[in-house]
Amino acid sequence: MGIDLPLIWVVIIAFGLMMYVIMDGFDLGIGILSPFVHDREDRDLMVNTVAPVWDGNETWLVLGGAALYGAFPLAYSLLLSALYLPLILMLAGLICRGVAFEFRFKADAAHRPFWDKMFAVSSYGATFFQGVSLGAFIDGFHVSGPSYLGGAFDWLSPFSVFTGLGLIVAYALLGATWLTMKTAGDLQARMIACARWVTLALLAVIAIVSLWTPLSHPAIAARWFSLPNLYYFAPVPVLILAVGALMLRLLRGTPNAGPFLLTLVLLFLGYSGLAISLWPNIIPPGVSFRAAASPPESMGFALVGTLFIIPVILTYTAWAYHVFRGKVTSNEGYH
Amino acid sequence: MHALDPLTLARIQFGFTVSFHILFPAITIGLASYLAVLEGLWLWRGNTVFKDLYHFWSKLFAVNFAMGVVSGLVMSYEFGTNWSYFSSYAGGVTGPLLTYEVLTAFFLEAGFLGVMLFGWDKVGRGLHFFSTVMVAIGTLISATWILASNSWMQTPQGYRIADGRIVPADWLQIIFNPSFPYRLAHMGIAAFLATALFVGAVAAWHLLRGRDDARIRTMMSMAMWMVLVVAPIQILVGDLHGRNTLEYQPAKVAAIEGHWENPPGESVPLILFGIPDMKSETTRYAIEIPHVGSVILTHSWSGTIPGLKDFKPEDRPNATVIFWTFRVMVGLGMLMLLLGVVALVLRWAGRLYSNRLFLRACLVMGPSGLVALLAGWLTTEIGRQPWVVYGVMRTADAVSAHSAMTLSLSLLIFVVLYCTVFGTGIGYLLKLAAHGPDEHTVTPVGDELDKRPARPLSAATESLN
Ligand code: HDD
Ligand code: HEM
Ligand code: HEM
Repeated sequence: MGIDLPLIWVVIIAFGLMMYVIMDGFDLGIGILSPFVHDREDRDLMVNTVAPVWDGNETWLVLGGAALYGAFPLAYSLLLSALYLPLILMLAGLICRGVAFEFRFKADAAHRPFWDKMFAVSSYGATFFQGVSLGAFIDGFHVSGPSYLGGAFDWLSPFSVFTGLGLIVAYALLGATWLTMKTAGDLQARMIACARWVTLALLAVIAIVSLWTPLSHPAIAARWFSLPNLYYFAPVPVLILAVGALMLRLLRGTPNAGPFLLTLVLLFLGYSGLAISLWPNIIPPGVSFRAAASPPESMGFALVGTLFIIPVILTYTAWAYHVFRGKVTSNEGYH
Repeated sequence: MHALDPLTLARIQFGFTVSFHILFPAITIGLASYLAVLEGLWLWRGNTVFKDLYHFWSKLFAVNFAMGVVSGLVMSYEFGTNWSYFSSYAGGVTGPLLTYEVLTAFFLEAGFLGVMLFGWDKVGRGLHFFSTVMVAIGTLISATWILASNSWMQTPQGYRIADGRIVPADWLQIIFNPSFPYRLAHMGIAAFLATALFVGAVAAWHLLRGRDDARIRTMMSMAMWMVLVVAPIQILVGDLHGRNTLEYQPAKVAAIEGHWENPPGESVPLILFGIPDMKSETTRYAIEIPHVGSVILTHSWSGTIPGLKDFKPEDRPNATVIFWTFRVMVGLGMLMLLLGVVALVLRWAGRLYSNRLFLRACLVMGPSGLVALLAGWLTTEIGRQPWVVYGVMRTADAVSAHSAMTLSLSLLIFVVLYCTVFGTGIGYLLKLAAHGPDEHTVTPVGDELDKRPARPLSAATESLN
């Protein structure tokens, strides 16, 4: 056997989801921060920083879903059935968020506050239910063959609610540091101040999740705390602390892109911690990604194009970001 | 209460969400190409009317596109949430097709959309035009993949069954399955027709209210040329499509025609009106024209086609519904042809922009493209029942094991959300349309990034209402 198709696909999907978390994360983060910014012009400015790119950002989520469907149809069907309600609620949130973007600029003064509220509430909702789904995913599902055997509310647990709230904090930090990079003056100063607190909150969230996960999942504890493993994995928490410290230091001055990049590193580290915990399961606790793989004929067919096209996509996405580079100022109108 | 069973609820939910979704892509596909043409004409001829129209329609495009994206997002997850057994059984074929759609189409649209909508004063003319063209191409690629997937579900081939699931054997056969070319052509044209009729209706509305300028006239003229050229092609393609269906899904055609059996020696009549009754196996109140059914379907004076009674009752699609959805589509198609021809005559007579009766007809026909398109989809999809993958997997075996309670709850969420959110969005679209095109003053610069005018593209930021 030449290439390990399922493995490559796991990596591609993980990459796609990571891109989604980063990119839609700052979109949603802006929605999460928006209730705390009262000035009309500042709000418009915040939204204008993402208006040209939000659609592309969300497309990574579509890719995550479609690639999962193409490469691991069993996982796609079981996970989506098990997470039925939180996913529907998340989609509802994304619908409202997406249209609120457009509509708030088309509405008259009387209706604009309504769409602003919708923008904020739906950003919170979509983020929360994404986080809940993540928590439920870590908790694992009751499945047998192609059938989901659990109940409609199995996803709801104190842990998943906590991860839901935790993700709100993470996206808020992405949003705040993105705006630190994209804005200037008073708004930027406020975002920097905000980012300080949110960084601390995020570090706390990461600490709690890191303790709670092994405590309530013996298999995950065994993976982390058995002996040679501990040495390999120890850098992850150490790095997280180091990055956190560096971030707080940067936030004392007037940074630009630094905090955003550090937030990305932080999220990447958290993400890899998660991967270490769950590997090689695609439907925790018992179904590995190999068992859920689609026929090699399907994986191979989709892979040929994917390997060609993803670099192209990254290139023109980078170009689009390049066109809209630099600070956004208040006289830049929405189309 | 006589509650609905989970299968029915899942079908209602899917039908509801996809029907809402398809309205937006249809207009997206048509408008994207229209915008590319407008910008191309402006660059070529230098006539600012085209540029003004471009900016006007790109505002409507933006709102419509946003609704298409978010409603499509739901669709891409619904296969797993609602049809999990279908996804795990047939995902080996339909999954990679969807993956390709995302990679080749959605990212293309999304990547260039930002520049198209917001980059007017940030990139040069050539690059901006290129972005518009890329978005238009993206929408067409998107339609190609999703229709390959859907057509494969209608006329599956190129697969084998191993380990209790479908394994792809030949991707070329899968993509170029027998109904794919017809469906792609028919749907693509439907999108262009629906858009042209919408554009025509907007122009007619302004003309009726006495706003008669070069911009409005250009819209009207372009829309009516489009209808005139494309409506007859659509009828031709529809006929070919039907004959292809007769070959691969004869039960569907029998249901469309309300045709139950072939008495010996008789040709197939065309039933103009009637109510097919699935229980008593007859078409009540039928008004028939002898032989015409044979002529249309077999292109011979007394050829016969299989009747519904040739199929087991559990293999028959619901004729009561698709008999009518089909007639709505065809009827509207004929009216579109008529509209195109009348427009041509009026154009010759120099009255295209002033004949009020005709303008009112254009206004009324505005939504007809979308109605015909929905009616067509209902015919195709309900006519495929009881199969989800024709002849391979039944819809009843495809549905996820959710309780009726869960499904009712989510259906309720969708209905409330879609009606309010998309209802409002459609409201905004119509308001934007009613505002009409303005003169557009900003030209792309490309290098003078810092000397932007205070309010570029100010037309869009005016509030409505
Ligand atoms: C004939 C064309 C056609 C058909 C039959 C469908 N779509 Fe669609 N879809 C499009 C044509 C399209 C489009 C023109 O490409 C859209 C419309 C607006 C847009 O943004 O792209 C789109 C958007 C769109 C998106 C958002 C893409 C993005 O993030 O940019 C998704 C995920 C889907 N669709 C998925 C589906 C699924 C799963 C369908 C089947 C049930 C489906 N669509 C039917
Ligand atoms: C965009 C236009 C489309 C419309 C308007 C449409 C409409 C419908 C409707 C009304 C139903 C319910 C039929 C019934 O249960 O009686 C249905 C079912 C279904 N369609 Fe489509 N459809 C569209 C495109 C697609 C595409 C592109 C695919 C696949 C790639 C697809 C896959 C399905 C599936 C899986 C079902 C569920 C099983 C079933 O009830 O038949 N549809 N569609
Ligand atoms: C007037 C002549 C027309 C004829 C004879 C015709 C014929 C057909 C047939 C036979 C089908 C069913 C295909 C199947 O077996 O699955 C169909 C589907 C469809 N029709 Fe038409 N049609 C006509 C006009 C129109 C018009 C005017 C529109 C829209 C503007 C339209 C939009 C559609 C769509 C969207 C579908 C479903 C997708 C597909 O299967 O291609 N049709 N048509």
